[in-house]
Amino acid sequence: MSQNRLASHTGAVIDFTFNGKSYQGIAGDTLASALLANGVDVVGRSFKYSRPRGIFGHGAEEPNAIIQLGSGASTVPNLKATQVELYQGLEASSVNGWPSVNFDVMAIVGAFGRLMPPGFYYKTFMYPKKLWMTYEHFIRKAAGLGTAPVEADPDTYDKLNQHCDVLVVGAGPAGLVAAREAARTGARVIIADEQSEFGGSLLASQQTMDGVMAPRWVASLVAELVAYKNVQLLPRSTVFGYYDHNFLTILERRTDHLGLSSAQGTRQRLHRVRAVQVVLATGAFERPLVFAHNDIPGVMLASSVSTYINRYGVAPGKKLLLFTTNDSAYQTALDWQQTGRQIIAVVDTRSNPSGDIVAAVKLRGIEVIGGHGLIEAQGNKRVKRALIAPINASGTQVTGPVRRLNCDLIACSGGWSPAVHLSSHTGAKPVWDESIVGFRPGESKQQERSAGACRGTFDLTGCLAEGASAGAVAASLCGHGDGSVQFPACAVEDYIEQPQQALFLVPHTSATSRAPSQFVDFQLDVSAGGIELAVREGFESVEHVKRYTALGFGTDQGKLGNINGMAILANALDQTIAETGTTIFRPSYTPTTFGAIAGRDVKALFDPERYTAMHRWHVEHGAEFENVGQWKRPWYFPQQGETMNDAVNRECLAVRNSVGMLDASTLGKIDIQGPDAAEFITRIYTNSYLKLAPGKCRYGVMLKEDGMIFDDGVCACLGDNHYLMFTTTGGAAGVLAWLEIWQQTEWPELQVYFTSVTDHWATATVTGPNARRVIAKVCQDIDLSNEAFSFMDWRDGTVAGVKARVFRISFTGELSYEVNVPAHYGRHIWQALIEAGEEFSMTPYGTETMHVLRAEKGFIIVGQDTDGSMTPADMNMDWVVGNKKTFSFIGKRSLQRSDTLRENRKQFVGLKTVDGQAVLPEGAQVVFDAKQKIPMSMQGHVTSSYYSAYLGHSIALAVVKGGLGRMGQVVHCPLADGRIIAAEIVSSVFYDPKGERHHVE
Amino acid sequence: MLLIHCPHCQENRDEEEFSYGGEAHIVRPLEPEALNDQAWADYLFFRTNSRGIHHEMWYHAMGCRRYFNATRNTLTYEILETYKTGTQPTIVGASA
Repeated sequence: MSQNRLASHTGAVIDFTFNGKSYQGIAGDTLASALLANGVDVVGRSFKYSRPRGIFGHGAEEPNAIIQLGSGASTVPNLKATQVELYQGLEASSVNGWPSVNFDVMAIVGAFGRLMPPGFYYKTFMYPKKLWMTYEHFIRKAAGLGTAPVEADPDTYDKLNQHCDVLVVGAGPAGLVAAREAARTGARVIIADEQSEFGGSLLASQQTMDGVMAPRWVASLVAELVAYKNVQLLPRSTVFGYYDHNFLTILERRTDHLGLSSAQGTRQRLHRVRAVQVVLATGAFERPLVFAHNDIPGVMLASSVSTYINRYGVAPGKKLLLFTTNDSAYQTALDWQQTGRQIIAVVDTRSNPSGDIVAAVKLRGIEVIGGHGLIEAQGNKRVKRALIAPINASGTQVTGPVRRLNCDLIACSGGWSPAVHLSSHTGAKPVWDESIVGFRPGESKQQERSAGACRGTFDLTGCLAEGASAGAVAASLCGHGDGSVQFPACAVEDYIEQPQQALFLVPHTSATSRAPSQFVDFQLDVSAGGIELAVREGFESVEHVKRYTALGFGTDQGKLGNINGMAILANALDQTIAETGTTIFRPSYTPTTFGAIAGRDVKALFDPERYTAMHRWHVEHGAEFENVGQWKRPWYFPQQGETMNDAVNRECLAVRNSVGMLDASTLGKIDIQGPDAAEFITRIYTNSYLKLAPGKCRYGVMLKEDGMIFDDGVCACLGDNHYLMFTTTGGAAGVLAWLEIWQQTEWPELQVYFTSVTDHWATATVTGPNARRVIAKVCQDIDLSNEAFSFMDWRDGTVAGVKARVFRISFTGELSYEVNVPAHYGRHIWQALIEAGEEFSMTPYGTETMHVLRAEKGFIIVGQDTDGSMTPADMNMDWVVGNKKTFSFIGKRSLQRSDTLRENRKQFVGLKTVDGQAVLPEGAQVVFDAKQKIPMSMQGHVTSSYYSAYLGHSIALAVVKGGLGRMGQVVHCPLADGRIIAAEIVSSVFYDPKGERHHVE
Repeated sequence: MLLIHCPHCQENRDEEEFSYGGEAHIVRPLEPEALNDQAWADYLFFRTNSRGIHHEMWYHAMGCRRYFNATRNTLTYEILETYKTGTQPTIVGASA
């Protein structure tokens, strides 16, 4: 079996590969424990210097063992080996290290580490700016955190919205008893833990609880919780965000531990939980000690060494040297001795360590060296020896001769840092507490309380008491129970601990700036010297230093390095840690997959697609489609061998010369009723509707209160107090909300009601000189003569046997009939009209032709020719503004503001290119003098531009400063490719300026 | 994500159902033409941007489609009350 696996630990064998090599692990292993069992020292390379790195921790805090799992579409980058459960056939590789972790090109750069101080990238690669793209390419190739899959994700992800009374985060000792107390009251409880098993620190504990070993105590308590119907247990579930109003997000990994195959149902589930009360029992992270070359593989956290021994049966080395500032790490010495492997000594920075557990260690014959620091580790790809030396009581100086101790494993402990991350997500500022040498959670901003180690309570008895109380109180605040703890306290033997020493940087015989790198943030290679340099360069704020040095920027979010970093910064600034403060933790607590965040909201379910009733016909007749909002609209109908230009030209000519038909069903339609409907509409539009009679339509423009055009369309009077408002396709929802806000908040006294009827109607627009002849074939009960049914009228009637509303309105400039029928008859009416139009070669056309035809007439499209900064006057549409209306309609006053009256505003004009075949790109800038130096003085821009087959030359619409006063002048459009196209400013109406075509007989 | 009580539906609903309507209790001048540019601009563009107690409009767009007002603490995001349009808040703070 593997070299570091303890003989006592057995189980089913699991085969896996790492960086292409085959290994074996045991069921229950994480990838990290299996790699350690196999004696794999180097698992990655550091981000900046590419130094070889080994496994350092055993959970979410791991900074080094960042791996890529699998390959192909299911591959997952940026996972921590300590959190990946081993499964048969697992394939993993290091994310850093090119071409390999054992021979790395970037390590050569690392050898010149002093040439890459903090801010190196800013200082070196940003200038000259042009070259940044070149540098970046190589930097990214050499240093990265994995590769995102390029194929679509084959897996299924779910979201679940949940409510509960008490959400308990963390199933260590405090969380478990909190859940039990809350569950007993009948409160609805969810308890989530990121690990595969509940128990937290107890899973690797050697303590006895109520007379049984801790893991057994956990098992019976979990069984108790499972029996409660009101408790939901979520293992493998990370609470990664704590948001406003007690909304928390949980990522549940349902099948990741079984492999990457997608055949097993939902891979991950995002729980969106609204909790009445939250109990945070998220534990604490052991703090590493910062000494020279503390990043060599073989340096680990003391608690991690214990966890690998006790939980996974792995002793990650042969000769242990323990280095601590506190009592808790002595447990590791005891655990190690049980493996039968050699322990060199315990090096304690305190001059006279004397706690209970220290005594127990000494009793077993383990040497304890007090008053010393481990000042430097030595070795290349694995620790070979350590240098230790006496240090002064304040831990700032080496005071005696240096000794060498051979060892291949250094377990270190600088005390414990409460995991205050989730509490910090709520905006609570962590508070420095000298007595625990750590940040405690700040004052609660939401309905939450912390219990146990995450609150700075590190002894088991205290954790259990706090957890029980937190659970009972949280439940009572939801109306369950009286807040008192019901279950008897668990009998636990705790060692009485002596105070720890606060030591954040172990002194070296050389000054920090000269000593070998003392790493604070392993993942991003931030050293103590780097932080001090940042201070010398003038950085003072913790947030600035973080960004300058990249401290805490890695995917581990500085779970290990932050406190040491803040303390070193505080010392360099000659401040207290409390004064320096900490940076703010934000979601996500650990990296979260996009798949889980997206859930089922992908592909067709990402955003609904809307189809008209005639959609199938369009598909059958080869239409190309265009997205307009959520709608799929026919763009053009290409015939065999036609390009888009060919098709559009043909469709345009058909409308101008005979007749064409457009599916106009998508236009927004709002039914407006009530005794005050006319008054209301008149306040909203710029023109008046008070005298609009039934059977009549009117075109109107809506402004926002700032005077700028925001929608336009036709409004028809259907009867007394009854109107139908057409909006633009994309603006329908916004217009309805606009009507509602004015009615509800400003003019509630007006009796008027709105109903969206967009989907109720299907609309076929028949347009062209032969339009009347087509309609006459299928409609007998409407007098279609110009006299009886004139332009801007509408009539009820029967078209192809269906009750219809026919509107004589036109967006093409030709004689037009818009036939509206109930949506279910859409396909029928379309088919009937197509057949009626056959003898006139009636041509279906799409939105592109619609655009060309309306542009030939100079009709605007709101949102294309306007952009939220154009008034009716700017658009040469003063005629649509009813200045004589008694009520000051929305936006009217703003039309008299000094800025809207300003000379030189951009005005809507036509542009006719000097070379009639050149089509300007939309968005092209307009300048008056093409010979000026860059940057040129921009005078306007092209809003619409097409080739007009009917006119035989290109046409463009543009907004140009003072354009209406510049008719006949030639302007220039410099293009990105260097060409400059000259164009003449002309009227925006290119076709039928007198408007005679509406009225053909 | 905020949890908002709609005073029309009488239910707590997720923020996703609502859209924000800006500061509440801004009355449209009855005679806009009587105002000079400065006074009109005050109505049109300037808002109190309160630090702390803030009265604002919300629109239950995915629910009853009705506007209402909320009193929200802009520091903590706590919603202290919601009330129907046309009524007055019971909680008022020193406006900044």
